Amino acid sequence: MDVVNQLQRQFLDYSASLHREGFLDDQFTQLQKLQDENSPDFVVEVASLFFEDCEKLINNMARALEQQGVDFKQVDASVHQLKGSSSSIGAMRVKNVCIAFRSFCEAQNREGCLRCLQQVTHEYSLLKNKLQTLFRLEQQILAAGGSVPAIE
Amino acid sequence: MEVAGEVLQSGSSQELHVLAVDDSYVDRKVIEKLLKISSCKVTAVESGARALQFLGLDGGKGSLGFNGLKVNLIMTDYSMPGMTGYELLKKIKRSSTFREIPVVIMSSENILTRIDSCLEEGAEEFLVKPVKLSDVKRLTKDCVTRGETEGKDGGRVDKRKLEDDNHTSSSSSIPSSPSTTTSFGCGLATSELPLSPMHSSKRAKLRDRD
Repeated sequence: MDVVNQLQRQFLDYSASLHREGFLDDQFTQLQKLQDENSPDFVVEVASLFFEDCEKLINNMARALEQQGVDFKQVDASVHQLKGSSSSIGAMRVKNVCIAFRSFCEAQNREGCLRCLQQVTHEYSLLKNKLQTLFRLEQQILAAGGSVPAIE
Repeated sequence: MEVAGEVLQSGSSQELHVLAVDDSYVDRKVIEKLLKISSCKVTAVESGARALQFLGLDGGKGSLGFNGLKVNLIMTDYSMPGMTGYELLKKIKRSSTFREIPVVIMSSENILTRIDSCLEEGAEEFLVKPVKLSDVKRLTKDCVTRGETEGKDGGRVDKRKLEDDNHTSSSSSIPSSPSTTTSFGCGLATSELPLSPMHSSKRAKLRDRD
């Protein structure tokens, strides 16, 4: 039981740090609360969909920004979608970059957009790693026979 | 209203069938979960076109959808490529078969003119994303409540008929309830005409036009 307690504490601490550092906001906690016996992998599934979405949208933005004549409306459309998904999953830092990104799209500022693209790619990678760590901790707790503590 | 709803719902065996429309995978998955937790059957589609197809409004299958389940509530995202949620709303409200189905619009952007247009076209509510479980529970509970009390009351005005010329005087009774609960019919002929107080995401004013 000691191992389980340790892992559970680790999980809670890690989770708290992700919130503290702004990677996740309350929406993520809301999603965790939705997970139940009927859908024990709900959060992991939503996260996977989100990461797929990120990759697709980031590629779209990169391609659009590479064009001679950049179609800022097209870039903005992708950023808008990414902002939506990140908001739905609670990926706060990604969402915040999207907000800034949209302003640059509106201003048709290619340099600004490229900087944001870099930032959003960075934030997405960071978040992906951190969530994978969080999910791994969950798996370890379950494997040790414990249950994943609820986040309050 | 809340109390009455709770009393009636405990005996309900009716499971609402909700059609959710959203082009985002993530949002579809989340709304589906929120609805399942709220004891609803869910059909989630990715576009307005698919929604119309499911309803049979595109000239395809029958009006009950291909699994024969009647749709009691439609929840649609506003910003979608191709057909927006607003356009979908209009098509549904202009259909004699489906105009009675309550339509809720969801949007990540809290834009007053957008909210107004949707409400004017007959949307039940406008929810700002991310949608909360409490919103979904409230919506679906109201739907079930309306379904159960409908038969007992005569003389209710279908607020959507205000767009026609059958405007009656019940619009003059505007209860100012402290809660922002709205009630609406779910697949039945008439619905009440409550107006909740001014709130950015709820029905506001303008029923007195016409």
